[in-house]
Amino acid sequence: MKPAAAFARLDRRWIYLVTGLLVLLPLLWPLNLPLRPSPPVQAYHDAIAALPPGSTVLVSCDFDPASRPELEPMTRTTLRQLFRQHCKVVVVVLFQGGARFADGIVQDVARQNHQVDGVDYVDLGYKAGDEAVMVLMGQSIPSTFPRDHNGRDVRDLPIMRGVRNYSSFALLVSISAGYPGTKEYVQQVQGRFHIPIVAGVVAVGAPTLYPYLQTGQLRGLLGGMAGAAEYEDLRYERGMASRGMDAQSLAHVFIALCIVLGNLAQWERKRKEPS
Amino acid sequence: MSLHLSSDLAVWVAAALTLCIFSFLYKDNPFYRFAEHLFVGVSAGYYIVLNFWTVLVANLWDPLVAAFDGRQGSPFAVHLGDYRALLLLPALLGLLLFSRFLPRYAWVARWSLAVIIGVYAGLKTTGFAQSDFVAQVHGSIQPFWTGHWGSSVNAWIFTLGLVTSLLFFYFSREHKGVLGSASRVGVTFLMVSFGAGYGYTVMSRISLLIGRFQFLLFDWLGLR
Repeated sequence: MKPAAAFARLDRRWIYLVTGLLVLLPLLWPLNLPLRPSPPVQAYHDAIAALPPGSTVLVSCDFDPASRPELEPMTRTTLRQLFRQHCKVVVVVLFQGGARFADGIVQDVARQNHQVDGVDYVDLGYKAGDEAVMVLMGQSIPSTFPRDHNGRDVRDLPIMRGVRNYSSFALLVSISAGYPGTKEYVQQVQGRFHIPIVAGVVAVGAPTLYPYLQTGQLRGLLGGMAGAAEYEDLRYERGMASRGMDAQSLAHVFIALCIVLGNLAQWERKRKEPS
Repeated sequence: MSLHLSSDLAVWVAAALTLCIFSFLYKDNPFYRFAEHLFVGVSAGYYIVLNFWTVLVANLWDPLVAAFDGRQGSPFAVHLGDYRALLLLPALLGLLLFSRFLPRYAWVARWSLAVIIGVYAGLKTTGFAQSDFVAQVHGSIQPFWTGHWGSSVNAWIFTLGLVTSLLFFYFSREHKGVLGSASRVGVTFLMVSFGAGYGYTVMSRISLLIGRFQFLLFDWLGLR
């Protein structure tokens, strides 16, 4: 029996098993395959690196625990870079299920970097309304988020004294898992308020954002776990994303092989069929 | 490498449910169905509670209480900033949506829907026109010679892909002759685009698997 024909008859559970092993084994015994930062990732890093110390940055964490493997590593690395550059960080959440999850990440990174809540950073929490909230923030952020995630009046917080609307921020960082997220920020905020935006997104959403990168509407882009791992590499870190990339690479090679064999099997089947 | 099993009950429950879900890869079974039904039920309950506290209470109840508690003067006072008593209007529109449960008065829900659709159509249209139409058309106009061979060839390929892909969607003439050839080139570019999309989708799904394995290996089993 030819290999392609044998592949056509293969029980799919063997494919699951091999994929599982290819993911599991490199997590236990890392191969340390090389990473090369791509231009969108380099641009993301450089856009943050170019911020003067003391700049205020808006970080929109629009994701929930379902996107944790892809978006948590890039969120942590972004916050670390911002804190080390002495930037003030204002966090908002537009994803309903993500407020507590995002707050946990922000508090954890802030504590590791000795940042003071309300002075060096603040988490304004979740606000329902999707694009309407994005537009409202362009008018007044204290009116849109009267209280922070912990229920404090934002007008009493030192970090919020100079914050009125998007013009108060040097950069908007959108970490997004879908709707509402980066696409809506480009549509509603970048076009109207002309604030520079960089984005980190789940891989499945990255291809739809490349046109914005090409036109300069996005200054930089991290696409999925690979983008997060390249960003960690640029920051000389070896975090969750970098540790997962060996498994990612091996699984991709195997899936590509399966696609080739599947096409060969299909071609063989069609060739044998009576015309 | 040594084992340090988690002592956190929540981690054990999460690990057990993860394994129940993975068991579907072998075949459908009661463990998988239990975990699936539990997930659906807990998600529904969680989001109902979340909606109540983060939408109804935070955006409607609390501001209305602040407006009507009498300590800040008139509920429409300017110093309240966002004229909180006016929130009664969206509250009423929200309640009208429930008129769909009464067939005789179901038409009243259209008023609320009209506001929702009108607001979002307005926001979407202007945002799309600025960012996806004007900016993208502007970005598509590229010089054929940029002074560097690499970027110039890139611009030629981009233009070829853009024009031929657009021609593929031109249906007013049969795709024969020059138009047929151009649309076939356009299909090739579209296939490359779909391939990139598929590759990124695979990466997303594998990332989820990696995340679960990292949880099982490091958070649950505590392998170090």
